[in-house]
Amino acid sequence: MTRDLVVQFLAQGAQMAFVLLIAPLAVGVVRRVKARLMRRQGPPLLQAYLDLAKLLRKESVIAESASWLFRSAPYLIFALTWVAAALVPSFASGLMFNWAADVVALVALLGAARALLALAGMDVGTSFGGIGSSREMMIATLAEPAMMLIVLTLAIAAGTTRLAGVADFFIAEPFGVRVSLALSLISLVIVALAENARIPVDNPATHLELTMVHEAMVVEYSGRHLALIEAASHLKLVLYLSLLICLFAPFGMAPATAGLSGWAIGLAAWIAKLLAGAVLLGVWEVSIAKMRVFRLPDFVGVAFVFGFIAILLAFLTRGVFA
Amino acid sequence: MSQAYEISHLLAGVMLVTSFALLYQERVAAVLNAFAAQSITLALAVAWAAWSDNRPDLFITALIALTLKGIVIPVALHRTVARLGIHREVEKVVGVGAALMVGLALTGLAQALVLKVATGMASHAREDLALALAIILLGFLMMIVRRNAVTQVVGFMSMENGLILAATGARGMPLVVEVSVAFSVLISLFVFAVFVFRIRERFDTVDLEALDRMRGDGR
Amino acid sequence: MRRPALAFVYPLSALAAVVLGVVDLQVLLSGGEAAIHLPIGLPTIGFHLRQDTLSAFFGVVINGGVVAASLYGMGFDRAKELTPRVEPLFPLFAAAMNLVLIADDAYAFLFSWELMSLASWALVVARHTDPECRRAAHLYLVMAAIGTVALLFAFGGLAGPAGGYAFDTVRAHPPQPMVAALVLMAALVGCGSKGGLIPLHAWLPLAHPAAPSHVSALMSGVMTKVAIYGFVRIAFDLLGPPDWWWALPPIVLGAMTAVLGLLYAVLDRDLKRVLAYSTIENVGLIFVALGLALAFRANAQHAAAAVAMAAALLHVLNHSWFKSLLFLGAGAILHATGRRDLDGLGGLIHRMPRTAAFFLVGALAISALPPLNGFVSEWLLFQAVIAAPALPQAALHFASPAIGAMLALAAALAAACFVRVYGTAFLGRPRSAEAAGAHDVPLVQQAAMGGLAFLCILGGLMGSVLATALAPVLDKLVGGALPGPGSGPTPFSLIAFDPARSIYDAPVIALFVAIASLTSLIVVHRLSARRTRRGPAWDCGFPDPSPATQYTASSFAQPLRRVYGAAAFAAQETVVMPPPGDIRPARFSVVVVDHLWRAFYVAPGRMVIGLSERLNVLQFLTIRRYLVLMFVTLVILLSIAAVTT
Repeated sequence: MTRDLVVQFLAQGAQMAFVLLIAPLAVGVVRRVKARLMRRQGPPLLQAYLDLAKLLRKESVIAESASWLFRSAPYLIFALTWVAAALVPSFASGLMFNWAADVVALVALLGAARALLALAGMDVGTSFGGIGSSREMMIATLAEPAMMLIVLTLAIAAGTTRLAGVADFFIAEPFGVRVSLALSLISLVIVALAENARIPVDNPATHLELTMVHEAMVVEYSGRHLALIEAASHLKLVLYLSLLICLFAPFGMAPATAGLSGWAIGLAAWIAKLLAGAVLLGVWEVSIAKMRVFRLPDFVGVAFVFGFIAILLAFLTRGVFA
Repeated sequence: MSQAYEISHLLAGVMLVTSFALLYQERVAAVLNAFAAQSITLALAVAWAAWSDNRPDLFITALIALTLKGIVIPVALHRTVARLGIHREVEKVVGVGAALMVGLALTGLAQALVLKVATGMASHAREDLALALAIILLGFLMMIVRRNAVTQVVGFMSMENGLILAATGARGMPLVVEVSVAFSVLISLFVFAVFVFRIRERFDTVDLEALDRMRGDGR
Repeated sequence: MRRPALAFVYPLSALAAVVLGVVDLQVLLSGGEAAIHLPIGLPTIGFHLRQDTLSAFFGVVINGGVVAASLYGMGFDRAKELTPRVEPLFPLFAAAMNLVLIADDAYAFLFSWELMSLASWALVVARHTDPECRRAAHLYLVMAAIGTVALLFAFGGLAGPAGGYAFDTVRAHPPQPMVAALVLMAALVGCGSKGGLIPLHAWLPLAHPAAPSHVSALMSGVMTKVAIYGFVRIAFDLLGPPDWWWALPPIVLGAMTAVLGLLYAVLDRDLKRVLAYSTIENVGLIFVALGLALAFRANAQHAAAAVAMAAALLHVLNHSWFKSLLFLGAGAILHATGRRDLDGLGGLIHRMPRTAAFFLVGALAISALPPLNGFVSEWLLFQAVIAAPALPQAALHFASPAIGAMLALAAALAAACFVRVYGTAFLGRPRSAEAAGAHDVPLVQQAAMGGLAFLCILGGLMGSVLATALAPVLDKLVGGALPGPGSGPTPFSLIAFDPARSIYDAPVIALFVAIASLTSLIVVHRLSARRTRRGPAWDCGFPDPSPATQYTASSFAQPLRRVYGAAAFAAQETVVMPPPGDIRPARFSVVVVDHLWRAFYVAPGRMVIGLSERLNVLQFLTIRRYLVLMFVTLVILLSIAAVTT
């Protein structure tokens, strides 16, 4: 019995560690795919790890007007994002603490990280930080209603808001070609693009004031603080890819009772799907241009409309099967 | 049978999404492409109903919808727009966001109504009817919130698409009805095209607001 | 009254509030009831008082707020800041609020309600030399009068033609469905106007900031809760079993209030007005929760009704804590810098460190961020909304995605609003000399704020304990209860319906986050060079020494104004740029139109004034004309009597 508990505990810890270790690799894959499609050589796949190591070695320069909030925010932001990412079921559903991963709580944890980052952006008292913070909060107000509609659709379909519960439901009843879930998928992809500061919402590779949101908030950070914030944004990308996989492509995920071999298969499946998602993201970012900031309500509004139609269609089918 | 039901539901849902896409576009060319997509989806939906319910006469309906409304009419309208050189942009009475919100409310209304009223029908027919009613209402909405004469034509024809989807669900749609519907579509298109050409020739614009002023009411 | 004697007001109020609060807590936890009938007041009714679990719960909320405000008041400078205009009325206000809670008949209720309104009005008008204050007090008086008239109608409808005004009589004879609907609407108007429900909200952002800061804390944090108590008492206790469509007005108005309140808040530049608008938003959220509870109760879904009601009641408690904290913080800022405008503040985190820390807790709590207390009630509310598609009535289950989307929008806007407030007021560099010269407030006031901040953190971690303590109230109001934390995997998990469906475990999540932060701190400090150097801000290589180049509060709001302002307020920005070579400055102006103010206040106001000017002619008639009027009235009354008997 206790051996079982210890194994479960180690499995949960392993999920936390895997998520952290694979995040820079996913980002490396995205950058490499983008470079190759643009006929460049591109950075090596492990470059993100090397960047984090380099930043850790460098000294951290902090502005004179910065406060304790500025210094402590990176640790909290990293911790919040890591905990949120570690709670999304990856290679197995039903791990020890799976019940703590309620979708609403997960979205709120990410919201807390975002609020802290926005506050840190305002802390130094420059206009760049202000631009980044205000635009980031505006994008959040567009993305959160769409996210709520997605949660509602999943809750109507699966009857629970626990991520492990939703994953189990979709493994047990393959949903075939349900239109409402297809629309929810598109909606979640758009929300994920908005939340992760990817093209067309924000350009993660630029430092031009007019085209950046996330980069503007962290422009004053350097050294180990910047390393933590970069790691947090890599983790956020893995979180959303993992969420998409868990909700819409959960085949291969091991159920809670599977032993070590089942988990190994689940792990391999998860890593493969994650890297496939990274490749798709790279292709997408190359094929579309970044939008003007005030065109974003139209873009994220599409997510909202699709989410709403998904719910209406879910009501329709429920009227039949209920 | 649930597999067949799911696919027809999928196709009807895609048609609904294209109706929203018609409201979202800002360029006339994009509107015509969205309409072509809607008609092609309609053709697929009717063809699927023909295959799964074993009603071969619906294949002809599907073929007519595909060729006429999926290919011929959009191409003809593309060329009309190019030849007349009218605005490539859609003149809007109501903004995109507001139109989409109203569209969502109409979809909910259609659904609430059909699910309440049509209690005697088979379940999947009832759902297709709800979606078809929503598509009809969205087509109508498009006609009233867009001022461009070409988009009015497109709105009218998307209403027709919705009607055909609804009729597919009904017990058998005889071929003669379909032929007459097809002819009415062709004639109405012809009339619209002639009108648009004459209006453009006379007034140099097809913006309906400008035409309103020249109604001769003395207003 | 001699000034030194006024100094005893606050310690005595604090003591009284502590005693009352402990009594209330005891009644709540033990589930008891006590009633008393005093032979004062109206001859046929008397004065009924009753303490039951609902009154006890709200009593805990109110007395907690009074304790905090009194502690804050103890920090005032005796020579300079105490005045006979404010101090004697403070305990009267607190006492009146407590009296409303235990009133058990219509007369006692309305008497205490009016006493509460008048006491707070007097406190608002204390600085009567300020024209803004006078205008705010005038509007407040008018709206309070409208609210009381509406409540009069509500209680009249409840009492019925027999005139049984005691609440026990009303409970024994619930009214007819048509009358009940009218009573509900009247109660919504009466209690909603005191709470700040749209469109009856306009007095709140004027009156709450005009009062002294600790009184603002009481008005926003506590008096609005008395209004909610009134609605709960009428809708859930006195009216009997609800109809499903009763839920629609609170839900729709509440959701609109939540979103519009925050849109107003995000565009406003006065710190206290922003907090007042945020109160309006939270009251809207509570009304949505109450509406959902009505809907679930009408459909006999007791578990869901319990979740919705628990969300409402917990939000009442949580909001009183963090809103009082925020208003006390605003008072601290006003005391230290003399300024209330956000664009004149900045950099206060260095100069008022403890106030800044406590205000940060309040700002994060009100943005509903885990693991603080705001998220507990928000989570329960979202769970109730997620359960709403199970309602059979079409209007309700079609409205649920729209309501869910509006609530999510409100949550995101709240975070944006408070990042803006905190970032502009406390972070960055000081934008004015007063901000640069600020100092922290006396220790007692810091203790008041600190206590509230501690409660916010505790309430966040121990949310399930609070929810279990509510069980007697929930059972009485909706006939259901939340599953106790014992049925979940850990002792402090908050369970909405059942453990397989949704659990929120704040201590576990907080523990995880703490462990993760500590781990990252230790590992990073091991691996990295420990040096930290201070230098000038990078600012992409073009640092500007002037603090005026920072983002101001209205710059922060600009994206939100662009996206939402055009729809809600017809917000228009105009930029007038002089041609090149011209040395005139460019001009930037923003026009924001408040449609609600025009439609619901200015237009009826004009109508009333126009009507009264027409009727003014009745003052100047001749004696013969007056006799004609009297004669005609008499004849009409006699005809009515002839026809109806």
